[in-house]
Amino acid sequence: MNAPPKGPPHTHPRPSATFDAYTLSEIRRAAVTGVYDIRGGGAKRALPHFDDLLFLGASMSRYPLEGYRERCNTAVVLGDRFAEKPIELKIPITIAGMSFGSLSAQAKEALGRGASAMGTSTTTGDGGMTPEERGHSSLLVYQYLPSRYGMNPDDLRRADAIEIVVGQGAKPGGGGMLLGQKITERVAEMRDLPEGIDQRSACRHPDWTGPDDLEIKIQELREITQHKVPIYIKIGASRPYFDTALSIKAGADVVVLDGMQGGTAATQEVFIEQVGIPTLAAIRPAVQALIDADMHRKVQLVVSGGIRNGADVAKCLALGADAVSIGSAALVALGDNDPRWEADYQALGTTAGCYDDWQAGQDPAGITTQDPVLAARLDPVAAGKRLANYLAVMTLECQTIARANGKSDLRNLEPEDLVALTVEAAAMAKVPLAGTDWIPGQNGY
Amino acid sequence: MSNSLIEIDLDQTPLRDANRQMQDATAEAFRLLHPRGIHALAAGLTQPVQVTIAGHAGFYCAGMNQQAAVTVEGHAGVGLAENMMSGAVRVTGNASQSAGATGHGGLLVVEGDCASRCGISMKGIDIVVGGSVGHMSAFMGQAGSLAVLGDAGPDLGDSLYEARLYVRGRVDSLGADCKEKEMTAHHLDKLARLLDRAKVKADPRDFRRYGSARRLYHFQTDNLDAY
Repeated sequence: MNAPPKGPPHTHPRPSATFDAYTLSEIRRAAVTGVYDIRGGGAKRALPHFDDLLFLGASMSRYPLEGYRERCNTAVVLGDRFAEKPIELKIPITIAGMSFGSLSAQAKEALGRGASAMGTSTTTGDGGMTPEERGHSSLLVYQYLPSRYGMNPDDLRRADAIEIVVGQGAKPGGGGMLLGQKITERVAEMRDLPEGIDQRSACRHPDWTGPDDLEIKIQELREITQHKVPIYIKIGASRPYFDTALSIKAGADVVVLDGMQGGTAATQEVFIEQVGIPTLAAIRPAVQALIDADMHRKVQLVVSGGIRNGADVAKCLALGADAVSIGSAALVALGDNDPRWEADYQALGTTAGCYDDWQAGQDPAGITTQDPVLAARLDPVAAGKRLANYLAVMTLECQTIARANGKSDLRNLEPEDLVALTVEAAAMAKVPLAGTDWIPGQNGY
Repeated sequence: MSNSLIEIDLDQTPLRDANRQMQDATAEAFRLLHPRGIHALAAGLTQPVQVTIAGHAGFYCAGMNQQAAVTVEGHAGVGLAENMMSGAVRVTGNASQSAGATGHGGLLVVEGDCASRCGISMKGIDIVVGGSVGHMSAFMGQAGSLAVLGDAGPDLGDSLYEARLYVRGRVDSLGADCKEKEMTAHHLDKLARLLDRAKVKADPRDFRRYGSARRLYHFQTDNLDAY
């Protein structure tokens, strides 16, 4: 037994809440490297989120549907405002844009397989469309990004929809980034870049500068695709009311709204954590813009950013979205951050569940890499099946909640079905604090 | 494809129908009358047709062109021949900003001046400008060539990758990571061929060449002042 320390008693060591362990480690890292921290994924900080909302369910005043027998529609049509061939989804959960380059070819194939098995769409990313991706995706949305890497009109015509990316939730106002480790020969060739350089994409489109120009750009895209496919506009959640209103004005068929929990392949940590607003805070203003323009359900709203399960999907739909999009969760379903690779994660100085150096190209799970040895770890057939299973579970969960609230269609869920657990969530979602009729900011309170 | 010239009066024919005819190459040549600055004219062509626009064109004229030869007898708006893949586009007047933006291939000739951001993010297109270009031209240019017979505005070639820039007149300033490079015999020959293809008379020896200093290909904190 150790002898007690001499002198007066010491207080217990007390870590600073301001200078916590992570902050201290970041200061040390910055002091040594002189470069900002880059990582993948979305905001990791605690934010008001869908867990802060609850469904009320049915009771005396509401009539539930039979949970296992009565039909509850999950299908949704996207893009029927102007397009001749709108997207018909069997489930309201799509796969968000992720590039070949940031992801391995195997991962892109698995996303296509999983989405196609469930009758939903997947999306390209910065760097263009690969034949494997097109081949394994029954519904493929083609992202039209500021960099226009790999952009060609043949692929544009091969797509089932076009998504003009104005911004993304992880970095509204920022461009793409792909570091040299992942600019392999094939990626470089697709993007017309020298092999191995650090690619830092433009944040603004090169040939339009505002909604008036964008309206004309959309006209051009429709002329080139002969008005067949829907045109989405993707916005990062920052000023969702105005951005949605301007997207409608510019002629979008669909608005994709990405909150700050939405992932990115790589960007500055400070950007991910400090710019943009949470998904929960963005939905109601966007829906209000649609309602004010008499375009709710006419221009569809797809919400993304931190959606993890069927309850999150149901809450998005109840707040007025038509569908959701998942990225980070889909990668986890494929095998991202799987504890089976714990030894490899440890060797990289991290642990399963925390690995976010997606820019480094050393992903033990073979997903965010262009290393052929690592990429071969991911079986695209098995991973695709896992994604399909996960999408099925999310859909079943969403239906369970919808039936419990007496809804025969997922999109019949409504704000009246929800309450909030916190004042913040009540104010953002514009639903009452549980057990009260108080919605902060409404009726003068 | 019929062996003929079709005249399309845009006062009478909706844009969609006009573009569809050219996209489907229902003739070998088309002459578009009364364009009046219509946007997205001759966009998305895929066949080796000859198109003449008798007047001024609006935004995105000949956008994403493949194989077609498009001539604008007048001025062109924003995004002329943006993302062109192949073929040729010629404008007898001036062009607005972002001419040839992100173009992957083909030849764009503007006999007059171009506004800002000419050749922005160019990825293999060749551009010849008879007059001058505005600021930030060839911004992030990845591949291809831009030859300017007149002057270039501020920040030419900012964040340039591997595009080749030739300017005969004055350059207001070079953008980040763009520098003047030696005009070798190889480059003189390349430029001579480009000017010849563009049917522009100029002596390559009167031009100066600019390209990427390649200092910013990998981010280093020591380069902070460059941004």
